[in-house]
Amino acid sequence: MTETATSDALALVLKVNGADRELQIDPRVTLLDALRDHLGLTGAKKGCDRGQCGACTVLVNGRRVYSCLTLAAAHDGDRIATIESLSAQELRSVQAAFVEHDAFQCGYCTSGQIMSTVALLDEMSAGAASAVTPRLTGPIELTDDEIRERMSGNVCRCGAYPNIVAAVRAVAGES
Amino acid sequence: MLPFSYTRAADGDAAIAAGALPGAKFLAGGTNLVDLMKGGVEAPQALIDISRLPLAGISALQQGGVRIGALARNSDTADHPVIRSRYPLLSRALLSGATPQLRNAATVGGNILQRTRCHYFYDPGFQMCNKRNPGSGCAALEGHNRMHALFGASAHCVATHPSDMCVALSALDALVRLRSAAGERAVAMLDFHRLPGDEPHIETRLVPGELIVSVDLPASSFVKHCAYLKVRDRASFAFALVSVAIALDVREGLIHEARIAMGGVAHKPWRAFGAEQLLVGAPVDAAPFAEAAGAAVEGARALKHNAFKIDLARRAVLRALRIAQS
Repeated sequence: MTETATSDALALVLKVNGADRELQIDPRVTLLDALRDHLGLTGAKKGCDRGQCGACTVLVNGRRVYSCLTLAAAHDGDRIATIESLSAQELRSVQAAFVEHDAFQCGYCTSGQIMSTVALLDEMSAGAASAVTPRLTGPIELTDDEIRERMSGNVCRCGAYPNIVAAVRAVAGES
Repeated sequence: MLPFSYTRAADGDAAIAAGALPGAKFLAGGTNLVDLMKGGVEAPQALIDISRLPLAGISALQQGGVRIGALARNSDTADHPVIRSRYPLLSRALLSGATPQLRNAATVGGNILQRTRCHYFYDPGFQMCNKRNPGSGCAALEGHNRMHALFGASAHCVATHPSDMCVALSALDALVRLRSAAGERAVAMLDFHRLPGDEPHIETRLVPGELIVSVDLPASSFVKHCAYLKVRDRASFAFALVSVAIALDVREGLIHEARIAMGGVAHKPWRAFGAEQLLVGAPVDAAPFAEAAGAAVEGARALKHNAFKIDLARRAVLRALRIAQS
């Protein structure tokens, strides 16, 4: 059992973007703050810091989560993927679609939107359902309704939603 | 966030022993607890991280039901083949809640124990809240209460339970299995959450150190005729104004058993037993759905701003019954 005295620094290892990163941090530090302030990975953004906007979206053990709403201490040994980890091809195709479809204005939410898009494609491949999926059995078609529902955890303050949907539709069509 | 100690529980016994100490809280997905800690609503002295205990499995029970481990993630539960094929109502309810990012982190046990989203509870800037400061009063009673309870509220608290999942679990007569140093026991989902009464800060039947280990569902006879309908202020990622879980067991065209549960209307998932009885024995093609929907909101008591929810609930029950009918 790992135990610390009250808010003493805790030793842990995060497998961030393929590399083991050792940290000594206060248990209050969120995964987002560990990535940004302790490891210098500023791709994941701090928007609301309350799990309501999605700008901080990263993949933990391959699945998208809000990194602001989870403590780094709880992720000892976990695989963390930030936008910095995307392969050149992944980044190129998703980024290119976002540029092509003008899917942002200020860009602050964009890294979260892109991480969610990458995760959405994986979830579709795995057959995951959503609240708007008409039937829970059988193949699922990625309609615009599905895209909107599956991207609803990422808020865009500039309101680029129609273009984000178009970008996701384009990337999904390629893959 | 105030300082706290962090401990990763090595096993269930260690978790239960540590969790029974004053000021300790279990940490699983953390999507609600960490948020409340950031807001200063929760300030545990010790977090006992149970997220790696082997309680995430979903397995069929011999009697035909299914056991869902307390640490099963909401997304894994919603997408599990057994849940999707045999308990579609539960899949639908889970998928109606939150976002993919939250469902990937949030667990079944944590979902059951999540706290109300009453704005006055969530904001320590308001001194009055009988949940945060027992005896301080209820700011929502005379405040902005359009989201608040229609049933079972008290002069001390008018908050609602925010879960979608629990509404389905209530309709499906789930059992919540608990473990403590004294052993294991099971509490029906229907009884697990308390009405606020004069102790709204005591929300469940859990005792300190007691751990939810699983949710057990009985064999389902509601696969074909069920519906989860959630009405909210925007199309996604919002808590329910009203939600409805319907499950009908139809045999040879007749409704053998009906379950109607509502969310967003009470301090716990609210079963409409009287309305259910009106449907038993009726042909599913010509059942008295309108009467049942009317009965479902009998006894509703409006606050200043939420009277619209009475008619909304009635209409939502009616619409959900019609969806489940087909």
